[in-house]
Amino acid sequence: MLTDAGEELIMLLEYINRVLGKAASSSRIHARERLRLVLVHDRAKMSPYFMNQLKEDLNNVIARYMVIDFDKFEIVLDQSDKVVELKTSVPIKKIRRDYMDRIKRSS
Amino acid sequence: MGEIIVVTSGKGGVGKTTTTANIGTALASEGLRIILIDTDIGLRNLDVVMGLENRIVYDIVDVTNGNCRLKQALIKDKRFENLYLLPAAQTKDKSAVSPEEMEDLCRELKEDYDYIIIDCPAGIEQGFYNAIAGADQAIVVTTPEVSAVRDADRIIGLLESSDLRNPKLIINRFRPRMVRQGDMMDIEDIVDILAVDLLGVVQEDDRIIVSTNRGEPAVMNLISPAGEAYRRIARRIRGEEVPLMNLEESYGIMNRLRRFMGLC
Repeated sequence: MLTDAGEELIMLLEYINRVLGKAASSSRIHARERLRLVLVHDRAKMSPYFMNQLKEDLNNVIARYMVIDFDKFEIVLDQSDKVVELKTSVPIKKIRRDYMDRIKRSS
Repeated sequence: MGEIIVVTSGKGGVGKTTTTANIGTALASEGLRIILIDTDIGLRNLDVVMGLENRIVYDIVDVTNGNCRLKQALIKDKRFENLYLLPAAQTKDKSAVSPEEMEDLCRELKEDYDYIIIDCPAGIEQGFYNAIAGADQAIVVTTPEVSAVRDADRIIGLLESSDLRNPKLIINRFRPRMVRQGDMMDIEDIVDILAVDLLGVVQEDDRIIVSTNRGEPAVMNLISPAGEAYRRIARRIRGEEVPLMNLEESYGIMNRLRRFMGLC
């Protein structure tokens, strides 16, 4: 158990460290980033519905350019240390010859 | 017709019970008819925070089991005669009340009271679903820590899928000095991440411990910054537009003194 004076001394030392640039950058930024990352996972995991919806939306966009094998179309959230990535694997059946026309028509 | 508000958080120990007691007392001090319901069956605490633990005869499970009438189980507050507590049972478990029984109870109370404020247990098990069953709106309490905000996010998701849309957020135990030093998430960090409306910010205040020791909610203490924050939250619940407290100033000794002497 630290006395009040002990705590004050430690806070002073931490402050000096920060001023001298020895301490790591502020923990607020750490907290915010860690929270952002963990919520990307929590929210994505919470609903498989969301992943399916995204897959269908992506397919609708891709279909303007090419025909894909929807059954083998994979989409996952991949976590490394610092980032969460959306990784997709999209097997193509054929590229549309007329995609220029389709884009012009739809826009 | 009254309004039913559930106070929830996901994580334990962030201040649900303190928030329930203070908002209820603040609303009662404005003359409104208020009921506080403790739904943390097996771990009741709202009675202690309100200083009413010696007056309990019947509890919520006695009401739903038909051992007594609802009116008999309601405990009148020491300070305001228009404020009542329906205590949780201490001996049963959380399955002792069903969501349907909660809905019936809320419907009955709605007739006679302006606000019914429900203190929800921590966690996302059945007790949570029972507590929110009869509610019209929800308040989510969090503290500026990664773990508490994460759980708040989960709870917001569960509330919305249970048709309690647009829950309102209270950030509790906020420490302006740590934010200034860059060691605590700021209000906007949390509000951005959770994407909900902010109902209020309550700063860390040692007087909360004193007020819990005494069984006297902090809103009764005119120099407590947390008490002032809860009084403002209560006014916002009534629909008034009230600015956030100046968190920097509320820490100054001179300002506390001034407030104490009624100068501001």
